[in-house]
Amino acid sequence: MFGLDRKDLTLFLVVVALALFAPFLLNPFPSDSGLAQFNAGYPDLMQRFVIFGIFAIGFNILFGLTGYLSFGHAAFLGVGSYAGVWMMKLLTMNVIPAIIISVIFAGLLSLLIGWISLRRSGIYFSILTLAFAQMCYALAYSVLTPITGGETGLQLNLDDPRIIGASQTAEGNIPVPHLFGLEMNQTWQLGMGGWEFTFSAGYYLAAVVMLVSFYLAIRLFRSPFGMMLRAVKSNQQRMNYTGLNSRPYTLAAFVISGMYAGLAGGLMVAMDPLAGAERMIWTASGEVVLMTILGGAGTLIGPVLGAGLIKYLENILSKINKGVLEQWFAVMPDGIDTFLVTIVYPFIGKGWHLTLGIIFMLVVIFLPGGLVEGAQRIGKLFRRDRKPAATDDPEHHPKPQPHVGE
Amino acid sequence: MDAIILQILNGLDKGSAYALIALGLTLIFGTLGVVNFAHGALFMLGAFVAVTLNKILTLSFTTVDETRTDFLGNPAKIETPYVEAWFGPEVGGWMIEWSVPLAILVAIPVMALIGLVMERGLIKHFYKRPHADQILVTFGLAIVLQEIVKFYYGANPIPTPAPEAFKGSFDFGALLGFDPMTIIYPYWRLVYFLFAMVVIGAVFAFLQFTTFGMVVRAGMADRETVGLLGINIDRRFTIMFAIAAIVAGLAGVMYTPILSPNYHMGMDFLVLSFVVVVVGGMGSLPGAVLSGFLLGILQSFASMSQVTSVLPGINQIIIYLVAIIVLLTRPRGLMGRKGVMEE
Repeated sequence: MFGLDRKDLTLFLVVVALALFAPFLLNPFPSDSGLAQFNAGYPDLMQRFVIFGIFAIGFNILFGLTGYLSFGHAAFLGVGSYAGVWMMKLLTMNVIPAIIISVIFAGLLSLLIGWISLRRSGIYFSILTLAFAQMCYALAYSVLTPITGGETGLQLNLDDPRIIGASQTAEGNIPVPHLFGLEMNQTWQLGMGGWEFTFSAGYYLAAVVMLVSFYLAIRLFRSPFGMMLRAVKSNQQRMNYTGLNSRPYTLAAFVISGMYAGLAGGLMVAMDPLAGAERMIWTASGEVVLMTILGGAGTLIGPVLGAGLIKYLENILSKINKGVLEQWFAVMPDGIDTFLVTIVYPFIGKGWHLTLGIIFMLVVIFLPGGLVEGAQRIGKLFRRDRKPAATDDPEHHPKPQPHVGE
Repeated sequence: MDAIILQILNGLDKGSAYALIALGLTLIFGTLGVVNFAHGALFMLGAFVAVTLNKILTLSFTTVDETRTDFLGNPAKIETPYVEAWFGPEVGGWMIEWSVPLAILVAIPVMALIGLVMERGLIKHFYKRPHADQILVTFGLAIVLQEIVKFYYGANPIPTPAPEAFKGSFDFGALLGFDPMTIIYPYWRLVYFLFAMVVIGAVFAFLQFTTFGMVVRAGMADRETVGLLGINIDRRFTIMFAIAAIVAGLAGVMYTPILSPNYHMGMDFLVLSFVVVVVGGMGSLPGAVLSGFLLGILQSFASMSQVTSVLPGINQIIIYLVAIIVLLTRPRGLMGRKGVMEE
């Protein structure tokens, strides 16, 4: 079905189910219980899960398949955001044109940057992409202020010359992004016992877009084009010797992943119509690298998992403060509880980046294949005696290969 | 003419910092073949060694002086730093004032220790892994280090003043025969430049004129052969890593009066230093130093108002632009050896 084999179809259907029922699945705790703060089922966070999922899926097409480590992908996301906001300022509040223009602009920029950067590989490629992204960031902050809004960022105003639709609503507010009339910030509540579920129009739009891009990524992974990209990763030199020019393939992969980033940027604008230069800073590029590696580069589901995990930790850990900790450990005897609070405190709240950095380092050191590899190892422990050879799926989860030019 | 000299001088202090960090990066890459994304964090740690020493020296106890009163009429509380009580106000005061230069003495052992622990504990396991993995794990380490610093010192920059003797500016204009006060340059930046030259000179002399340095250079050229000759090259390379960490740390210590240290200063310098290394030529020590100063000066020329009025924003992107041009036209960098990392 859908041109997928059984295994991929199962994976895809699982992801579909997870995405559609996310408002239930991410809200496992009743809203009046003490554990409610671990719920992630609110629209803002769920939207970020899927949007950064798209970003990471796209990044994985480049890094996971070809092995080219780009440190400048946030630039495409940023450019996509700016293009999307301008579309809303000038044309219409409908999100479709904004998303399309985001993808186009990110694609054009990635064509330009990729065309230049892909002349080098290995660390030089990383530094070239980093340099380009930093240039975009510096320009967006300074010279391009008329276009980008500089430090304040680009926002909608009450006097935007919108061609289709009004500059402001009848009440004098800035109109809300919509999909043919369905406003993106619209939500429906469903109360069930102690549970409170929120369904948001914006989330479901983003989720559908994510599913489509995930499906496309599966097809791309399984296509001859995908095989060619893997060949680039495993041994580019040999590929060149056989008479194949790998540049068009890597460039195509770069542009595709840039367009995915632009799509993510466009969706961000659709959820919340503003854009700022900080989306393009190099640590933002580093973040998508973290997501992909954490989940498992080169695997289908890994980047989505990584994106979800990082965004979840970011939201949940940074919300916990000292008071909450003291409440948790209050059951412990005196002395021990203050000790535990002191130990745990640096890792939560504002210090959640510390937790992230440590988890990331542990993953790179011990689990180069990311969470997916971890899950496979655990799975292997339980199925060792059944079919030891068949548990490995070399095509689905390739072993990390040394980078080209080593 | 005086404007040109002024811009060159202005570029020197940033250029010195770039050169020092790039020198360390190149040392690590040339010896261990590791791309160290945590090198900026070492620079930042050095700066915080200076901050810490300043804090320790100014630790005070409070005495109540009944004879004097503050503006509310209460007995005045007088803060006396411990060092002033122990060594007398003269020596103690001098130590507090000169805390930044004194921090050099503290920073050398501290940074050496950090470097050794980092190399033995982490980097060692990444020699054989791909460059991408090395970048990733050191990037993670950089995040961890800067978050630890942020936890203990907060997110705000901590001003750390230079000694009183170096406050104020030096009038180069009068010295060179231009009108007085046309070319003025803060003393501390001059000190920083001279200090950087001394450190760079020391590293080069160490590599050039000692047996240890000779072995290291031989190892950089052909590690395997040196190993076959029965020399424990790994241990020497570990020591070189520690030296690179010391260089970065000292660059950070002395930079504190120029830029109040905050936890992300390392990351800010790291990206540019990488660009410097690439422009100079991966693995080339003189190239790293040369391109550090060149790019620092170039950046300061690009921020002249005459230039920015023609090409707005050029000061922000000039370094990246140069790097892109160099990488595309001469991938081995200004002084890189032919065939080294040209891919």
